[in-house]
Amino acid sequence: MADEVVLLDYWLSPYGMRLRIALALKGIEYERKEEELNNKSPLLLQSNPVHKKVPVLIHNGKPICESVVALQYIDEVWKDKAPLFPSDPYLRSQAKFWADYVDKTISGFARKLWSGAKGEEMEAVKKDLFDCLRLFEGELGDKPFFGGETLGLVDLALLPFASWFSVHDKFGTFSLEAECPKIPPWVKRCFQMESVSESVPSSDQLYDYVVKMRNSRQE
Amino acid sequence: MADEVILLDGFASIFGMRVRVALAEKAIKYEYREEDLRNKSQLLLKMNPIHKKIPVLIHNGKPVCESLIIVQYIDEVWKDKAPLLPSDPYQRAQARFWADFIDKKLYDAGRKIWITKGEELQAAKKEFIESLKVLEGELGDKPYFMGERFGFLDIALITFYTWFHAYETLGNFSMEAECPKLISWAKRCLQKESVSKSLADQKKAYEYLLEMKKRLGVE
Repeated sequence: MADEVVLLDYWLSPYGMRLRIALALKGIEYERKEEELNNKSPLLLQSNPVHKKVPVLIHNGKPICESVVALQYIDEVWKDKAPLFPSDPYLRSQAKFWADYVDKTISGFARKLWSGAKGEEMEAVKKDLFDCLRLFEGELGDKPFFGGETLGLVDLALLPFASWFSVHDKFGTFSLEAECPKIPPWVKRCFQMESVSESVPSSDQLYDYVVKMRNSRQE
Repeated sequence: MADEVILLDGFASIFGMRVRVALAEKAIKYEYREEDLRNKSQLLLKMNPIHKKIPVLIHNGKPVCESLIIVQYIDEVWKDKAPLLPSDPYQRAQARFWADFIDKKLYDAGRKIWITKGEELQAAKKEFIESLKVLEGELGDKPYFMGERFGFLDIALITFYTWFHAYETLGNFSMEAECPKLISWAKRCLQKESVSKSLADQKKAYEYLLEMKKRLGVE
């Protein structure tokens, strides 16, 4: 019997992007349903009654919510291809720690950067963000990816946010290359993988989207 | 070669007690080190440089941080005794989802109960009780959250029991009146030695909380 996999998603959701990449890496066929965040579908409300948020993975009718929980589920069920979590328990705990750190800190900075903070407040956010990303640089070390030779949990957790930060780079808000030189090449390496480039919008696409939004607001 | 296990902890820490319960369930010998959170040890700062928080499990010199990550690590390394997570991937995802809910919703609301006053306190109390009722719904008529066996999700929640007296007193409500099923569940868990020996005394926790309120100037 074929698996039925549905992903309730929103194209800009960094959490949804994580799952898209994972499903692509594992070669899992799925149906993607785009949600309107101000008009959530009955299916979404029914599948995630507690948080009412995307993404939700629905496997053979059963929903799994929270992106890191869903990533672990995907890795455990489709375990024969492209392992996302390390097999060693200690390394696995470390990967989870860094993914948790993305959720505790990076996501907050991402929000603040887009919230229109200015002046001193903006400088403080930028400083905190760079300090944080430098810790990730240390964790990456000389490896091509956080997962080693292939993409792993931490790559998937961080990449959608890093992609957004590259957009700020284009706007000239800051220079990621100057502050955290290891990050842009790592982002580029990720996007060289089809599972990534076919699953998530590139910084260019995000940049175009922001420009369009800003122009339409001015009209 | 014998395992060397050290736990850096705080006596009434909701998160630290989770690790103690897990270690007790698995009958793991370890050295407990109480941290003075106003004067953190060099070891703690070295082992958890990013968050500088307890609990930290140090296994043969290597640190694992974040209580739920630690409990899963313990379950994976000492896998031959008392499995804490179910074997089915979907059930595991559910356990992880609800543990995440406890950390996101319940903990924050509980914290606001002792740190705020007036309207803010009332709002926190409402959210706290609502979250507990959602969890009560999830428990249903089962003896433990995942069914017949005490496990990961029970561990994630039971440590709040130490603080029930404090929440009730500061929030002016009765846990028994609001969530009778959770109280029966808690009493069932307390019959297990791994729980009763790991949980700090409710009165001592309340006194500690009052002291903290004084120190923070939030009386």
